[in-house]
Amino acid sequence: MAAQQVIPSPRLVLVIEKASGQPVSRCYQCHKCTGGCPVTGFMDLMPHQVVRYVQLGLEEDLLKSKTIWQCAACRTCISRCPNGIDIAAINDALKQRTLARGVQPALPAVAAFHQAFLNSIKGKGRVHELGMMIAFKMKTGSYFQDVLLGLQMFRRGKLRLLPEGLKNRERFRALWQGEKEGQR
Amino acid sequence: MKLSYYPGCSLHSTAAEFSASTEAVFRHLGVELQELEDWCCCGATSGHSLNSYLSHALPLHNLILAEAAGEDLLVPCAACYNSLKAAQAFMAAGSQEALELNEWADQALGRQYQGGAKVRHVIDMLADPTMQGLLEGRLKPVLNGLPLAAYYGCLLTRPPKVASFEANPEQPQLMDRLLARCGATPVAWSHKNECCGASLAIPQPQVVVELVRKIVAAARRAGAKAIVTACPLCQTNLDSRQVNGEEALPVFFITEIIGLALGLNATPWLKKHLVDPRPLLQQQGLRAVS
Repeated sequence: MAAQQVIPSPRLVLVIEKASGQPVSRCYQCHKCTGGCPVTGFMDLMPHQVVRYVQLGLEEDLLKSKTIWQCAACRTCISRCPNGIDIAAINDALKQRTLARGVQPALPAVAAFHQAFLNSIKGKGRVHELGMMIAFKMKTGSYFQDVLLGLQMFRRGKLRLLPEGLKNRERFRALWQGEKEGQR
Repeated sequence: MKLSYYPGCSLHSTAAEFSASTEAVFRHLGVELQELEDWCCCGATSGHSLNSYLSHALPLHNLILAEAAGEDLLVPCAACYNSLKAAQAFMAAGSQEALELNEWADQALGRQYQGGAKVRHVIDMLADPTMQGLLEGRLKPVLNGLPLAAYYGCLLTRPPKVASFEANPEQPQLMDRLLARCGATPVAWSHKNECCGASLAIPQPQVVVELVRKIVAAARRAGAKAIVTACPLCQTNLDSRQVNGEEALPVFFITEIIGLALGLNATPWLKKHLVDPRPLLQQQGLRAVS
């Protein structure tokens, strides 16, 4: 990317500012976010670059980056940002845009985990950790990863066999439906 | 005194001992905890990652239940606490989306959110003057100077304007002070609020192993013999992902330490840990722990 000529486009920044609620345009690239980020060692774009790329409209690079999925949402960046920009929220907006556009996530396991987690809530209103992990493993094929750890936790009564559910599931489902019924 | 209680999904499963010790400590102090009837999952990291609507709607469900119950809401899980505080900030900002969500919640739940529910994390609550009064004279310095690293993680202090109840979110102190009152020596250390990787433990265990390695090494460097957390994800990650050659450090929940100092039977909680903390406590002269 760096070798190519970049023609800035203001389109993406408007979309992402609205979706994330973050004042992306304020960033003046002080790099404090990247200085404090605990997972830069696993990222392809540094956090300050995510903000700059949004400003420049480099959408394809962003949607294909590992960084937006790698972010642990620890919020160290916004705690230190002199302009009050929450990069985790920007990453969330970019993750949602990636899936909405049908782009393959650069870290598919992370996307699969979040989807398994939300599916687990959708059914009964609460997460069933064991069921969610099995669904995640089926989806990613990571059948043997952490099996010993899972057994240790199970032996100590840390994993419930059966899910818990809400009594008033109708009201919970009605609220969940609001996403589709509302203006979004 | 009476409080509403929101345990959240982890405290009903992987962090059952956090819930059991919280309930025992508050009961012992004469505070009644009423579990919020029909609470739902807060959505956690996956909620805000993939679905902005749900990241506000799910905590709002619980805030509305808490408002109806009328008491302050006690929340031990740092992630649930953070979701609830973020939803409150979202509603308080009064955007068009927030107004629409509230109308929809009114239709679905038969009640709007009015901004009245007070959300208190366990540490925030224990540091409250009323609770300090109840703890006075009851906490015994049973830990005999045991050096402990108070680990706050991310979600109790960040983003500071939304979540923090500490005077300085970069240097939180309230858990250190509670530990000192239990007779422990809280160590000064560098990784008090560095991230453990949280839910990345499932899709990317190698990332969490690396972050945990750094946190535990920092605690060891400062002379700590164990780590104390107030978050079910921090505890699970630190307890399960230490793979270096040295002997692993035990990882407590703050309420377990308070329970020990109140003379409660901590054995059922401590038995659930992957790194057994009981030998360390016995060495420290706590014979009641078996």
